[in-house]
Amino acid sequence: MIEIKPSSRTVQSGFVLLLLAVSAQSAFAHVEGGQAAGFITGLQHPWSGLDHILAMIAVGLWGAQLGKPSIWVLPIAFPMMMAAGAMMGLLGIPVPGVEIGIAFSAILLGLMVLAEVRPKLAVSIAMVGFFAIFHGHAHGTELPPGQSGLLYSMGFVIATGCLHGLGIVIGLVKELPLGRQALRGAGSFIAVMGVVFLWKALT
Amino acid sequence: MRVLTTTLLLLCWPVCASAHLVTTGLGPVYDGIGHLVMTPEDLIPVLAIALYAGMRGAAPGRYALFSLPLAWFAGGLLGVSFTSLPPLPTPAFSILIIGVLIAADFKLSDRIFLVMVLAVGFIHGALNGVALKGNAGVPGLIGIMATLFVLVALFSALVVSLKKPWARIVVRVAGSWVAAIGMLMFGWMFRGQV
Repeated sequence: MIEIKPSSRTVQSGFVLLLLAVSAQSAFAHVEGGQAAGFITGLQHPWSGLDHILAMIAVGLWGAQLGKPSIWVLPIAFPMMMAAGAMMGLLGIPVPGVEIGIAFSAILLGLMVLAEVRPKLAVSIAMVGFFAIFHGHAHGTELPPGQSGLLYSMGFVIATGCLHGLGIVIGLVKELPLGRQALRGAGSFIAVMGVVFLWKALT
Repeated sequence: MRVLTTTLLLLCWPVCASAHLVTTGLGPVYDGIGHLVMTPEDLIPVLAIALYAGMRGAAPGRYALFSLPLAWFAGGLLGVSFTSLPPLPTPAFSILIIGVLIAADFKLSDRIFLVMVLAVGFIHGALNGVALKGNAGVPGLIGIMATLFVLVALFSALVVSLKKPWARIVVRVAGSWVAAIGMLMFGWMFRGQV
């Protein structure tokens, strides 16, 4: 039988470990809060609603389908008009039928991608900008109490921009064999989901 | 000129101020550095000016490199000599205006660009000066000035070096985000939730 004799160093180390294990520490069991949490909340918010996600991706898809300069003009126009919509909400200016407008944004943008509609640049900007107001009014003002509006806005705008980027990256499948059809299929899916959102908004 | 006057008037429109000092515990110079880096109301316009200066070319980049820290310091010196200043919505307007200029790739003349940089630097500096009074004081302003110099040098030089057309588009997209943030900040200010 092997006898294990602990050395004095082992005993000392064990004692120190035991002391560390039982030493009292402050508990950090609180809900995330304060100024910095505003950024995280803003970053997470656009990903929390499928209606917003699909419309943002649809803008990127349509931009990719239209090519230059729409591929970058539409993702520039959208956040600015979305911020204008949010500002209207913050100033207390009502926008009628916000949820219906959001649903229609998914339907029409999905249909644009499905039918490969190529309007003039000004028309596509106006259309995207018009729908951006509804998205901004609905989502841009949902700041939890105690958090920084500026940091929330930063997170919200960055996350929305990333969704456009995701849409553009997905839209680049048009270069692949059958990619064009896949893109149109994605457009039809977004349009169908828009009808579901419209149904929910009306009932 | 009318646009410039309107801009300056808007910069001086009074609202609630949120000018608090970040304390690092490493001394007043580091407190100044920490204040700039940890305050998005100041950091975003600085980065936006650096991006816009870079878009305009090397010469405007050099103007901004020296004029912004100096104007900021001059404003700061004025600020530390006052116990309070009328609360200004400077951050929201400077973020919005510079963001729009970047997104639109607006060809502002060098002279107007310089006036804008001086105005933004001076007013932000004055607000910082009030926050630093009794805390970091003038050494804090020196920390801010050094950080401004480094940030403007790095970001404007980065944009000047961009040659590919898509890279400039990325900067313009970033500008649209800055403008959107400025617009939202303006709205939050009305709600008192900045």
